[in-house]
Parts: sequence; C-alpha cells; structure tokens
Amino acid sequence: MPTVSMKVNGKAVSAEVENRTLLVQYLRDHLGLTGTHVGCDTSQCGCCVVHVDGTSVKSCTMLAVQAEGTDVTSIEGLANGDELHPMQAAFREHHGLQCGFCTPGMVMSAVDLVQENSDPSETEIREWLEGNICRCTGYHNIVKAIAAGAKSMRG
Amino acid sequence: MYDFNYHRPRKLDEAATTLSGADDGKLVAGGMTLIPTLKMRLAQPSDLVDLAELSELAGISVEGDTVSIGSMTRHCDVAASADVVKAIPALASLASHIGDSQVRHRGTIGGSIANNDPAADYPAGALGLGATIVTTKREIAADTFFAGLFETALEEDEIITSVIFPKPKRAAYMKFPNPASRYAMVGVMVAETTDGVRVAVTGAGDDGVFRATEMEQALNASFAADAIADMTISDADLMSDIHASAEYRAHLISVMAKRAVEAAS
Repeated sequence: MPTVSMKVNGKAVSAEVENRTLLVQYLRDHLGLTGTHVGCDTSQCGCCVVHVDGTSVKSCTMLAVQAEGTDVTSIEGLANGDELHPMQAAFREHHGLQCGFCTPGMVMSAVDLVQENSDPSETEIREWLEGNICRCTGYHNIVKAIAAGAKSMRG
Repeated sequence: MYDFNYHRPRKLDEAATTLSGADDGKLVAGGMTLIPTLKMRLAQPSDLVDLAELSELAGISVEGDTVSIGSMTRHCDVAASADVVKAIPALASLASHIGDSQVRHRGTIGGSIANNDPAADYPAGALGLGATIVTTKREIAADTFFAGLFETALEEDEIITSVIFPKPKRAAYMKFPNPASRYAMVGVMVAETTDGVRVAVTGAGDDGVFRATEMEQALNASFAADAIADMTISDADLMSDIHASAEYRAHLISVMAKRAVEAAS
C-alpha cells in the first residue's frame, strides 16, 4: 500500500492508504477529522468541501494520493483554539444553520469565496454557493452570514 | 471504487509510456468526471496516470488571432483570464458556468474534451468555435475530434496538450443547467467565425455534441434571432432521461439558440 504525506491543519501527517482512498475518507476515517461530511457522494452537495493549497475543493471527488505534498485545511483548522473564525462566528450570529450537516462545507466554501472576493454581493455569494446544497434553511441566513463574515474578515 | 495502480509522472513522455504500458490505463486530470465514474464503478482501470506534475500543460497564450489553452488549465483560470475575456468572452463565460466553484477549481479543459461527456460544456465550445485539438501525436480539428457518446478520435496512448481557439467575429454560449448537478440539459454555442456561422449543441444529442446545420444556414443568411425563431428541432436523435424528454430538449435548443444569437449580436 502506498504512503501518502501531506499537511492537514498545519500538521504534517503521513499514512499508508489504498490508492482508491478518497481525501474525505482519509480525513474522516484515518485522521478522525469528522467535521468534513459525506452528503451525496456524487460531487453535487458540497458537504465535503475543504481547502487544498488554499483553494476549496470537493474532498469526496479527490483521491488522498492526489493530495500528496499539499496543504489541506478542514473545518477543524479554522478556529484559533476557543476563538471561532470570523466566518464561523457569523454563521452562529446570523443563524446560518439548522441541522448543521451542510455547514462545514458552507463555511469552508464561504472562506474561499472571501479570499477571492473580499466584498461579495448577494448575487456573487449565491452563485458561488451553487456547489453547496442545504435542505433545511432555504439559504437566506446562510447568505446573510457569509456577507457578515466577509465584512468581519475585511477587518 | 475498485483499486488501481497510481502513477504521477514528471514528464509528458513518461505519462504516455506509462499509459500504453498499463493493462487498462486511464489519465486523470482534474478528476471531476473520472473520480465520480470510479466511485459508481462505471469504470475499472488497472492504472491511473495523474497529469498533475506536468505544469507545462497548463497556461493560456494569445497569438495573433488565436487563443491557445493548455490541456491542464483549470476552468476557473480560463474563466478569470483577462486574455480569454478579451479575445473570446463567450469561452470565458462558458468556463465560468461549468459545474460549480469547487469543480471549476479542479476540472480541466483537456479532461472535459477527452472525455466528451454528452452534457459537458467544452465540447460545444470547441465545436462551436472551430477549435483545433493538439495532442502528443498530431493536430485534430474539432469537427473530426468528437466521435460519439464519450468517444473521441484520440488513440489509446494519445494525450491532449492544448486546444487552440480561433477568435470569432462574435459568439455567445447559452446553457440551461440541471439545477443540482449544473450539467447542461441543453447548451448552445453560436459563433460567427471566419468560415461562417457555427451552432454547436451539447446536453441534448443522443450521440453527443452536434452542429445544428439548419440553424447555421439560416444564421449565415441573417445573423438574428428572427432567422431561427420559427425553426423547430427534431427530437428524433435527442436524449430522453429523468431530467428532460427529447421533446423538451428540442424546445430548449431553440430557446437557448435564440438567446445565444441575441447575446452575441
């Protein structure tokens, strides 16, 4: 079995995995980082979104071996100890979640949006979120949370 | 998915040799189609050859009247490229609507075209703009490249290195996306090229992307939505599936084509 090495949330990690192991499986089953979720398994819902080398990707549609040598950030890597990341704080403040299943993916997706576009309009937020599906909220509060999170991140 | 051997060559010729040496090898570029295919067990390759290290295959350059896009260029980079936006805005627009943000961060033009998914956007882009596909072995015109459902003119060990797009006089791409997957239920690229008008339709044909020749003739005479306003498309060779009937797709083709002409004018 091949060995795959990468950085996850700032820590160097290495493990023996099958080539067919998905990045989401590696994070959840091997590293115990279960904040990243498997929703649809068909690359549509976005519950599995993480950052690879600073860019949001669907971890259910990537092999762990494809992430060799990269810098991966999962939802667990956002907070600074007990201090929530501004985007996480915004989701809490603006009730941007109900069951929470889509939320890690939403937050990771949102953080990448703001990295690319520090002041996104409502349209830009909604278009960016095409790859994140929520069954509970109807999206309004998610969009509000992201706008607020963006403002917070702008400082 | 079933297991496989995984290779990550550092050189293009190494990639080709590894591919031909495998029992049943497949290239992986962005993986946005291949990985889901493997997850559903719709393919069982013995070996995957990852093109990720071949940075020379990514990049966009403009030379005179053509835009050359490296096969490993990600959709997000085509969409955001000032060069593409200036030279062929319809192409940047097409790339910006593929899948979703995360898919666009990984998916590549080479992967999309080599796979020739009947609902992918780039085949309509390449066929509609009259592109040339450059491989490790030769140059193939789009008209000959797309050979049918998931089939192309590519040989087993042939690798796409770039796609060359001639600048059209004007062009636009209009797509009716599936609300969940964002695949084209119908996507129409209309382009007025130096060889006349080309209308390429994806998402609808039961044999993959095709040119709507009747529409092309009408638009050659008069490049206006009126020219194709009353044209009905036959649903005979169109797909019917859980997303849409052939009849509905025929209707969508007409609507998207008219919108594309209006957008291009």
